[in-house]
Amino acid sequence: MNEIKTGDKELRAVLADTLQELMENNPDIMYLEADLGGAIKTAKLLKEMPNQAIDIGIMEANMVGVAAGMSVKGKIPFVHSFGTFATRRCADQVFLSGCYNKANVKILGSDPGVCAEANGGTHMPLEDMAVFRAFPEMTILDIAEPNLLKFAMKACTEYYGMTYIRFPRKLKDYIYDEKKDFQIGKGIVLKEGKDVTIAASGIEVYEAVKAGEMLAGEGIEAEIIDMFTVKPIDKELLISSAAKTGAVVSAENHNIIGGLGSAVAEVLSENYPVPLMRIGSRDRFGQVGDKNFLMERFGMTAEDIVKAAKSVIEKKAALTKR
Amino acid sequence: MNFNKLEADLFALDIRENIMRAIASKGSGHVGGSLSIADTIAVLYSGVMNVDSKNPKMEDRDYIVISKGHSGPALYAALAEKGFFPKEELLKLNRNDSILPSHTDRMRTPGVDLTTGSLGQGASLAAGAAFSDKLNGKNNYTYLVLGDGELEEGQIWEFALFTAHQNLCNLITFIDVNGKQLDGTTDEICRLGSIEDKFGAFGFNVVSVEKGNDTGCIYEAIEKAKVVKDRPTAIVLHTVKGAGISRYEKMSNCHSVSVSAQDLEETLEELEMKRRELRGY
Repeated sequence: MNEIKTGDKELRAVLADTLQELMENNPDIMYLEADLGGAIKTAKLLKEMPNQAIDIGIMEANMVGVAAGMSVKGKIPFVHSFGTFATRRCADQVFLSGCYNKANVKILGSDPGVCAEANGGTHMPLEDMAVFRAFPEMTILDIAEPNLLKFAMKACTEYYGMTYIRFPRKLKDYIYDEKKDFQIGKGIVLKEGKDVTIAASGIEVYEAVKAGEMLAGEGIEAEIIDMFTVKPIDKELLISSAAKTGAVVSAENHNIIGGLGSAVAEVLSENYPVPLMRIGSRDRFGQVGDKNFLMERFGMTAEDIVKAAKSVIEKKAALTKR
Repeated sequence: MNFNKLEADLFALDIRENIMRAIASKGSGHVGGSLSIADTIAVLYSGVMNVDSKNPKMEDRDYIVISKGHSGPALYAALAEKGFFPKEELLKLNRNDSILPSHTDRMRTPGVDLTTGSLGQGASLAAGAAFSDKLNGKNNYTYLVLGDGELEEGQIWEFALFTAHQNLCNLITFIDVNGKQLDGTTDEICRLGSIEDKFGAFGFNVVSVEKGNDTGCIYEAIEKAKVVKDRPTAIVLHTVKGAGISRYEKMSNCHSVSVSAQDLEETLEELEMKRRELRGY
């Protein structure tokens, strides 16, 4: 089992360093910022690499369109804003100028869901993955682990296509070895188990790991999967894990409508129906508050996952008896 | 280059004929905005744009972006005439699996450089293309066509700020000011005021063309744009919606209309008459 360790580098510092490394190695890689460089600590890049790192101003729609136009000419642009503004605010531009136009833009949306904390409900994207999941050919990555973010930022420049990466700015909880063999589109099995599958993404991966330990204390063997690629979802892994455990819990820092939970439900109901419960915000708006307070309020803690796991295990048992 | 006005005018007539044949084959379509920009398209494809019909993806070609994507038929008319695809394709406009969809789509049509259809978006795409060329030290141009109704989209003004800030002199923006949008005149729906003043205030070099359907005036405006190297240029074309075909010029609004076989026949007669006048026989 992988341990959670507090590192010394926040995700945004990892992001800034990775961007710099990518840009230094490839002059076609660009970074466009909508006036939030100070918030993700890229001010230095914006100052020192003016031909590749550009603060475009507070104009997300134009930023995505410009990036899409550049990508058709061979540039590989990353664009950043807070998750809300990188998605909702410019959804039609991402759809048409991006996906439909077959562009190659890498969208960075910071502080997904409850991670927006003090910025409150207006800044709390709990619907971003739902919006983008319905866009054909869009890749969606929900990441909170620094080494996984670093991998994803590099990996997404190695293929042509629209990609959305949502990540919290300030966390520094490490689980993975930097050299781990990650693959976009493949879930990461953090712990094998036979009683219940917990498929989580983003910050909920940490809750899933804690839940797995709590369940183990009660003799329940949970299989924990980091399903960081929400689209395209790793169908094979989900189906094989569900076939093994017969009960599934999904956990995401997002509305249970349209995100990871929906993707898991779609795969299972069409291929291998088993009892499922979805952890995530239950179709409500965000609000101001600390991350831990909000996770409790929205039912997204390790304890909530444990409860859900026991519930699906009971349902599985009831089905077997019938 | 040597610009031949007579050739361009004759080409504009061919474009109008192609537009009307294509739309009539389907029975209806975006007539007005396609006709109002026909002369500009004729000028661009009369040697102004560096493109190659045999190699539509030619590196370092000039780009064209029809941000008012519903004027696709005007572009298709020129591309077919120049051999980017067979003219028969024009008669499949908007049909199942056509390579000519109502709004321009770079994945479907040879010679279409960027996909449009949601007003305002072509502007940023064109700016991105031009910005990329500028960063790469290229000396080609991106030509962008906006509608006047399209200026109601907020994204246009984000685009204008950005384009001026980055001094994208390799981007030439045409604004087709025909004064009409789908539901009425632009004055009735949302007053635009002086488009020249607005783009000027945003930092553009502005060239106002009173005769926006005159190929000679359009060509001169492009020449004026190209000498300015420190700012982007907006060429404000005062045009007529449905220009060049009296039936549509007279209509209160011809944004999207039905075109019968009879309508087409009358139109073709009128265009043929104009051809004869131009040729002097």
